[in-house]
Amino acid sequence: MYVELRNVNKTFGSFKALDEISISIEKGTLVALLGPSGSGKTTILRSIAGLERPDSGEIYIDGKLVNDIPAAKRGVGFVFQNYALFRYMTVFDNIAFGLKIQKHSKEYIEKRVSELISLIGLEGLEKRYPHQLSGGQKQRVAFARALAPNPHLLLLDEPFAAIDAKIRKELRTWLRETISKVGITSIFVTHDQEEAIEVSDKIILTNNGRIEQTGSPLEIYRNPKTPFAAKFVGEGTSISNYDKIRGFQITKGFSSAIIRPEFVGVSKPGKSLYPNTTDRGVVESSFFRGNSQELHIHLYGIKIIADYSLEEEPFQIGEAVDVIINRLFLYNESQVLSVENQNLKNINSVVI
Amino acid sequence: MKQEIKSSVTRIVLIALCVIFVGVMLIVPLASVLVYSLREGWEVFSSTISDKYTIAALKLTLYAAVIAVAFNTIFGLFSSWAITKFRFKGKNFLTTLIDIPFAISPVIAGLIFILIFGRIGWAYDFFNNHSIKVVFAVPGIVLATIFVTFPFISRELIPLMHSQGSEEEEAAALMGAKGLTIYRRITLPHIKWGLLYGIILCTARALGEFGAVSVVSGKIRGKTNTLPLHVEQLFQEFHLTASFAAASILVLIAIIILILKNIVEYKGKKEENFRVR
Repeated sequence: MYVELRNVNKTFGSFKALDEISISIEKGTLVALLGPSGSGKTTILRSIAGLERPDSGEIYIDGKLVNDIPAAKRGVGFVFQNYALFRYMTVFDNIAFGLKIQKHSKEYIEKRVSELISLIGLEGLEKRYPHQLSGGQKQRVAFARALAPNPHLLLLDEPFAAIDAKIRKELRTWLRETISKVGITSIFVTHDQEEAIEVSDKIILTNNGRIEQTGSPLEIYRNPKTPFAAKFVGEGTSISNYDKIRGFQITKGFSSAIIRPEFVGVSKPGKSLYPNTTDRGVVESSFFRGNSQELHIHLYGIKIIADYSLEEEPFQIGEAVDVIINRLFLYNESQVLSVENQNLKNINSVVI
Repeated sequence: MKQEIKSSVTRIVLIALCVIFVGVMLIVPLASVLVYSLREGWEVFSSTISDKYTIAALKLTLYAAVIAVAFNTIFGLFSSWAITKFRFKGKNFLTTLIDIPFAISPVIAGLIFILIFGRIGWAYDFFNNHSIKVVFAVPGIVLATIFVTFPFISRELIPLMHSQGSEEEEAAALMGAKGLTIYRRITLPHIKWGLLYGIILCTARALGEFGAVSVVSGKIRGKTNTLPLHVEQLFQEFHLTASFAAASILVLIAIIILILKNIVEYKGKKEENFRVR
């Protein structure tokens, strides 16, 4: 394991920020620390960087215990949430700062900085000051500055939080590609599940100072292990009387269920291919989502969300709708169970 | 419509009140100082301001001000750094202590030094044995000036450094920069206009100090008389024109300082806008 935390604890006053955190991260991977605000994800990152000192527990980087090694000596690059670019220095001087501190030769610094500037695609902007750059450009400079001293580990605190939606998507792809090009082990913090799923090789899901689940994005999305994971990842609605939905029975020990939009099939009344397993709901509202229509459907006293193709005949508000729920995540206080629609299973087996 | 009329009336009344107030309370007195000092003609004016006692007083005033400002600049940089960048016990108490000179009457400040360094003071013997005269001598004047101008620079810097947080410094530290480098390359550029502003305010206050200095000075002409004291002395001796002439030097310095202050404020703001944008 390249980065390893063992039973790390940290309290701020009476607030327990980290509670027996143990994680391990492999070399060369891009890992997302995902969680709501206050879940401890940033504290984990800052502890690894050495900006925060854990109360107890051990932190290893490349097999070395780093608890007593100062931040500057850990070989870690850090990208701050608001970039923290040196505002009185040009792009060049920002990137060169760490190299100058390390007393590299002038030639080496110039070579390295121009290398990085071409990596981030900001040729010609060397003499600009941070306030003359756009959000995305600032982010790239912060990234280059962190990489300049050749760190072994790159830490990014909410790297996309301060950028507007359109550029964020572009930058995500860019960051992912660039990191894999450089080949550096990277950990980034985010509260945005979409971001974590899209960018990372592995997600570490945090909540209340603890690790909820660790796994690949697909694993966490498909097989949430804790109720929190099931609720936080994906866009779900909770339902308690889930036995009303056709094709599902009460499973002992599970009092509620989560319905995700991708579990919901929608059709005009009577037009469903599986008429014996549909539930009748009412369209409450619909939102144009660009590539699809998002329907909010009133069903058994709750509101579920479904995606509906724009190719199909549109629904009016108040119109009846046939809904098929393919799958449910049943949950209680500590467990999650993924259950398929019984009727659909039977139909499929008949067809086979 | 009614609202508009009302607000425009309010506007005129408020502006007029401000102008009248500033005029009566500030402009007229300042102007009359200049007019009065020139009342008996240029000859008297120039002979007063070139009088050796006036020159000596001016020199002493500037001397005390320069030392006080230098001292308070160093102290201001250290204290604001300590207070904004570190967590420690008694921080709020320390911040309050720095404000003491704002709250205390300068006369009392002067008396404190008499009580410490004067003939009755506990430190008198020590300094006397080393033949250093503090009270009724230049060191006392410098001390008193430092005391009354103590909070100016740190008060200017503390909120400024607070608002700028420490992420940039953290970033620099993470790259291995040492404290002094961080201070010189990151912190100082942030605070330079605020610092300059504080220095200007501090200078203005130091030059004009009367109360505390008056207690410790002894007012020996040509030796321990500062310009404000000199003005008062001339006034008490009914040399009205001379007194006002000396005062006009102070007014002139004040105007120069005001202009400098405005330039600094303007530049600082311009840079601030630049940065935010």
